[in-house]
Amino acid sequence: MVAAAKRALADQMDKLGNPSSLHMYGRATRKDVEESREAIARAVACRPSEVIFTGSGTEANNTALKGLHWLRANEKRNLVVISEIEHHAIFDPAQWLADYEKAEVIKLPVLASGEIDLAFLRKLVVERGNEITVISVMHSNNETGTIQPVAEIVKIANGAQIPVHCDAVQSFGKIPLSFKDLGVTALTISAHKIGGPMGIGALILQHGLEIPALIHGGGQEREIRSGTLNTPSIAAFAAAASNAASAQAERANFVSKLRELFIAGAKAAIPDLIINGSGEQLPGIINLTFPGTESDTLLLLFDAAGVACSTGSACSAGVHEPSHVLMAMGHSQVSAQSSLRFSLSYLNSESDVAEVIALFPSVISRARAANL
Amino acid sequence: MKVIAAMSGGVDSAVAAARAVAEGHEVIGVHLALSSNPQKYRSGARGCCTVEDSHDARRAADVIGIPFYIWDMAEEFHEGVVENFISEYAAGRTPNPCLRCNEKIKFAAVLDRARAMGFDGVVTGHYARTRESSIGKTLHRAIDNSKDQSYVLSVLTVEQIQGAIFPLGDTHKVDIRKEAAERGLFVANKPDSHDICFVPSGDNAGWLRDRLGSEVGPIVDQSGKTLGEHRGAYTYTIGQRKGLGLTVPSEDGSPRFVLKIEPKSNTVVVGAREELAVNYIQGENPVWCGPAATSQETRGYVQIRAHGEALGCTYSYRDNFLDVNLDAPLFGLATGQAAVIYDDDRVVGSATICLTR
Repeated sequence: MVAAAKRALADQMDKLGNPSSLHMYGRATRKDVEESREAIARAVACRPSEVIFTGSGTEANNTALKGLHWLRANEKRNLVVISEIEHHAIFDPAQWLADYEKAEVIKLPVLASGEIDLAFLRKLVVERGNEITVISVMHSNNETGTIQPVAEIVKIANGAQIPVHCDAVQSFGKIPLSFKDLGVTALTISAHKIGGPMGIGALILQHGLEIPALIHGGGQEREIRSGTLNTPSIAAFAAAASNAASAQAERANFVSKLRELFIAGAKAAIPDLIINGSGEQLPGIINLTFPGTESDTLLLLFDAAGVACSTGSACSAGVHEPSHVLMAMGHSQVSAQSSLRFSLSYLNSESDVAEVIALFPSVISRARAANL
Repeated sequence: MKVIAAMSGGVDSAVAAARAVAEGHEVIGVHLALSSNPQKYRSGARGCCTVEDSHDARRAADVIGIPFYIWDMAEEFHEGVVENFISEYAAGRTPNPCLRCNEKIKFAAVLDRARAMGFDGVVTGHYARTRESSIGKTLHRAIDNSKDQSYVLSVLTVEQIQGAIFPLGDTHKVDIRKEAAERGLFVANKPDSHDICFVPSGDNAGWLRDRLGSEVGPIVDQSGKTLGEHRGAYTYTIGQRKGLGLTVPSEDGSPRFVLKIEPKSNTVVVGAREELAVNYIQGENPVWCGPAATSQETRGYVQIRAHGEALGCTYSYRDNFLDVNLDAPLFGLATGQAAVIYDDDRVVGSATICLTR
């Protein structure tokens, strides 16, 4: 966690009072919650009243996708549109809507670059726009870092008056992100990606729009999310958001340079590697395919050398599964299983990059030998 | 040494990993995912490789303080062990899948991968011992006779034994459980796994019937006279007495046993116990855990079941076949089982039984 977030969290731990209580202690923590809400609103360019605190980005995604679908679904309008490269936090609620609410789900294909196929969406909206309840496309992909043409998507959706939700967990704090300018109906952000605590997120939902709730109870957050407000985490989330916003451009610039350095070094070390995702990219994500390897072997070897990298996702038993994102971009199962994601932050340095690149030849050759 | 500890989620492999660490090895824990569609929970002592088992293995690694990963070996396991199990039964033989798993997975796929990644060997919770001697590193029985697993390790080559570490061979199981508790491993009281891990119901016959069908066939005596019928010859084992469902009594009233399984004609042949007597065993595809046997007749012991008795014998090896002459006849011996040769407590090697008389 960033220092400011740690401080905010620690300060709250000494405080008494549920922000929903009317007495002086309650009022004091309520004040902290509302100041936090305003800080987050500033960081993402929305109104404070548009910020709904949730227990995670996943909860915000579930609330938005299900809520926006329930709001408009009827016999004729029952189509949920997401993309092939969404996080499981959108994939799975969409599947739930299909399984339990008989919704039809269409996943927008992506181009080899990793960007949504806008032509496909245009055609879909022309042909079936009056059947769509919600479109949800992420702001940038968590595995490849490819930034999606969300403004274009909103333009297409607006023509048919379809609400758009955007999972911006990966982009928030890393690149400019404005709820107002994007024009989406709902936006998901989370604290843990920006040096805030785990287990706190927010749904930014257009002012005045009331959607059915997932969690019912005290109605704390606009009647859309109930549950005692997690004041310590909310305060730390706000501190992390302010911290990220304060130096976003310089940090992005610095991390972009590290990324370029990383890619150049990786290419020189392993000439046949494949860089996944092109077009506009997040500064801090690098997704590479190393032909002839298995990513869980790579992960073990890098991990043993002190480098934390990541494969796609794992099933419930912990078995690494081929990334659906890379498969959607045209990878085979084998090449998707030979891929690894490296993440960089502004806290990394050029020498960190050099250290990792220096490991490439031995790690890759061992992983190739172990790929029996 | 830098070693991989194969951790099933059970008490034995957890203590084995902990002991390897205590001996000063650099240990990384690996759980092998052997099913592409694992069950969520383990039901009692049956089955393994459930999501719960992988969780238990991870928690054991946490307590021991070693890194932990999951390796997906489902495809290798299916091809090398499960399919082999089915095709052996279909051919009328009785395979041992644990032995195949050691041969194809734990000390082949895993050890090869570990070595390629720069590790020196694989630690497992098997009850067996290795020893350095004038003939190299040799494989021996565990001191806990009731848990000894040297039989299912008899398919390891000299090179594989070189990379195998069995930290539990010098300890009794009860003491392993005590040690697990002392080390704070909560799997200390987890029940032992029994039966075949990929048949979680424990109903081998039913499991095979689902895969091989249940075509009705005759049960005949040695003269060819039909005495009854069965639903799948492969669900019988040589020497089996119970569950034949025969209504016609034998002439002298003595019980009848399965003598032969003929998969092609889907026939089960039954007869008197004496007919089961085996004095000679021939084995094929031998694996030597040390120097190969020679054509010279040698005194030793043979074991034909995982927890069977060691029987005095004279053995020799020529023309790719292992010949074993038993000191006393043995009853109920199926082809497909492994004949494992011992020199006192040392495993000499093993071969698949292809002929008996």
